[in-house]
Amino acid sequence: MKFALLINEGPYTHQASDSAYLFAKAALAKGHEIFRVFFYHDGVNNATRLTTPPQDDRNIVNRWSKLAEEHKLDMVVCVAAAQRRGIVDDGEAKRNGKDTTNLAPGFRISGLGQLIEAGIQADRLVVFGD
Amino acid sequence: MSDIKKFMFVNRKAPYGTIYALESLEVVLIAAAFEQDVSLAFIDDGVYQLKKGHQTSGIEVKGFEKTYGALEDYDITKLYVDSESLAARGLTADDLCVPVEVMSRAELGKLMETQDVLLSF
Repeated sequence: MKFALLINEGPYTHQASDSAYLFAKAALAKGHEIFRVFFYHDGVNNATRLTTPPQDDRNIVNRWSKLAEEHKLDMVVCVAAAQRRGIVDDGEAKRNGKDTTNLAPGFRISGLGQLIEAGIQADRLVVFGD
Repeated sequence: MSDIKKFMFVNRKAPYGTIYALESLEVVLIAAAFEQDVSLAFIDDGVYQLKKGHQTSGIEVKGFEKTYGALEDYDITKLYVDSESLAARGLTADDLCVPVEVMSRAELGKLMETQDVLLSF
């Protein structure tokens, strides 16, 4: 089956990102396809490479980056939600005059159209949130 | 990408206090731009989103009551409100800022079963 995932909550405060990650891993292990993972609302905070959890805790951001690299996942962060919350890539830094970037490897910033397209293309869109 | 799917946006939270309602509207408008079959459901505190007379100056947040009125301009006319959520909050359809279809929770559940994509915020 072709899945798309929507993650609406940030890391650590809420279990949504953990559940989505475990779901993605399990689905891929069963041979399913993940068409796209879309990060919205505070979910965009899963995409900052500056996250530094204690060493004995899971690194939620790095875990996503690694999974994306292993499975060529398309992980998209909503641009409007990202701008509000300070998630920045090279293009956004240039456009908005920011002096740095923080988007983690494997993520890309794009529009909400990518979420609607995921809803159209996937057999199931699974929402992880509050 | 000519496929048209039934997208239902399920709004469950009060309009202010969290950003879910505002960011839900942003997706709704994009879905309409993609010419999908879009409907909105309002349940639980989500029914407050449609209550007439949002006044947000006191909390220094931009109000967006007008956006619900503008949905019609995007050909979004299917707004469903859970009657039990309304009643539990002492509201009726007359208290709302746009025309809606009020239905029971059970009816709304049946409608949800007919959707292709359910996004709940």
